[in-house]
Amino acid sequence: MTTGKNMGREHHMTSAVSAADIAPTAYAWEIRATGLKVKVGRKRMAVDGLDLSLGIGVHGLLGPNGAGKTTLIRALATVLRPTEGSLELLGESVGGMGEHRAVRRRIGYLPQEFGYYKRFTVREFVEYMAWLKEVPKADIPAAVQRAVERVGLAERADERMKALSGGMVRRVGIAQAIVNDPTILLLDEPTVGLDPAQRLRFRELLQELGKDTCVLVSTHLVEDVAVACTDVVVFAEGRLVFQGSPDELVSVGGPEHVGDSPLERGYSALLLNPEQGRGTW
Amino acid sequence: MSVEHASKRIIEGYVRGGVDLSADEVWAVEAHLEMCRVCRDRLSAAVGAGVPAVASLVDTVWSGLEPQLAVTATMPRRRRRSAPLSRWMTPTMVPWLAMVVGVTLLALLLDLSGTGSGEVSLVLLLAPVLPVLGVAASWSRGLDPAYELTASVPRAGLYLVLRRTASVLAVVVPLLLVGGWVTGVMVAQWLLPCLAFTSTTLALGGVVGVTRAAVVLATVWAVLVVAPTLATSRTAFALQTGGLPAWGLILALGVGVVIARRGAYTVLGTHQ
Repeated sequence: MTTGKNMGREHHMTSAVSAADIAPTAYAWEIRATGLKVKVGRKRMAVDGLDLSLGIGVHGLLGPNGAGKTTLIRALATVLRPTEGSLELLGESVGGMGEHRAVRRRIGYLPQEFGYYKRFTVREFVEYMAWLKEVPKADIPAAVQRAVERVGLAERADERMKALSGGMVRRVGIAQAIVNDPTILLLDEPTVGLDPAQRLRFRELLQELGKDTCVLVSTHLVEDVAVACTDVVVFAEGRLVFQGSPDELVSVGGPEHVGDSPLERGYSALLLNPEQGRGTW
Repeated sequence: MSVEHASKRIIEGYVRGGVDLSADEVWAVEAHLEMCRVCRDRLSAAVGAGVPAVASLVDTVWSGLEPQLAVTATMPRRRRRSAPLSRWMTPTMVPWLAMVVGVTLLALLLDLSGTGSGEVSLVLLLAPVLPVLGVAASWSRGLDPAYELTASVPRAGLYLVLRRTASVLAVVVPLLLVGGWVTGVMVAQWLLPCLAFTSTTLALGGVVGVTRAAVVLATVWAVLVVAPTLATSRTAFALQTGGLPAWGLILALGVGVVIARRGAYTVLGTHQ
């Protein structure tokens, strides 16, 4: 292969940094909630007075089933309106009515029930999502290819979604969430249906994304948090029980608490006595 | 447009490491090379001919990259156009629209054969609620598996609502136009109720969810207009020309409410 041929290959080169990249951020936290309350149905307050500030990094959202994790993530994805309190995403208040288009363009979201169109190919589906997320038309093919490669589905990109296994569908879900290079990435139970090897690769992807993105991963698997997350948020009955590093969570637990790993023991210690863990550590 | 290319002297100086070029020349030639394919070709030719050290370095990098590139599936260069239709309607809407078309054709057939309901045109009777069904299908939680994803995107909201509604009307209205022309019903007589019902569905949908609104309105229509008409075999007042101003008013109200409450279409509640 000659160098001339390769260097002559046309690339649409743009400057490495754009004005948006070097503009100073006007906010301290990517996600900032104060006294946030979100109602589900007529009566139940699924998020009940939450104060939470999240910056760049991978944040694991742990909590028992029914703790309100999904409701919180939906509120952060701006598809549920908070009943009370304030919620700021990327410095913009998203509490009230309005379409929040500018903020939504910078959010990636994988819902717990990831619904898709069976007749679409992987590429068609991710392209469709990129269009819905207002990725500039000229950038869509490259953005889709990059997202699909990052989740390791490049070989299967032109297969129909109905031919994919559960784990692969989940990876398509992750691909559509990152196709717009979001600043806030919300993943609700992303590891469900992934086999152990895929789970390892997913954790690597999370660590990579966490370098410049505020990633919030909800999970009920404590071991997901141990490896991939820089920060753990424990959430129970609509309230924040603990926020700190995985090591700090370990230090909460003692040998008398239930669990197979130190992290699990710390987690179950918090849930036994929610008052004990509140505040900073 | 004429573009000035870098001179041979500058390219060759750059190849030799830029030592005999001034700083602003190096800066300018780099900026130019980023955008100019012709000069990149000249640069690579100059490198290949004059500086074996750089050429061998580039070759080493390539031989390191090639095994990695070989295992990565490349993006197909030319593909079929990817479903531009999906930008107008979700795949799940298609069977519903087909059903609406079927119902319209059936009503038309009954009208023409005269076995319908005597004096009353079935097409006229069904016209207002047919698009409502299609609109409901485009926003139904049960029918659209990707409803939650769709609700979370920046393009969601009034824009997408109107886009999908427009695509429903684009299918239904021409069909009704043909039906109306064949059965001799005045266009405004069915078009106004049809648009009024659609806008009211969207307006009410912003509060209780589009699908629920469609069900409520279709029921109201069936009870208040269709049932009495079929029972008495006389066109209800609502569908006679005297009712047209009222329909116009409802349409205007519906559109007004939709615009005023456009923020409501971005939350999950609309998909119920």
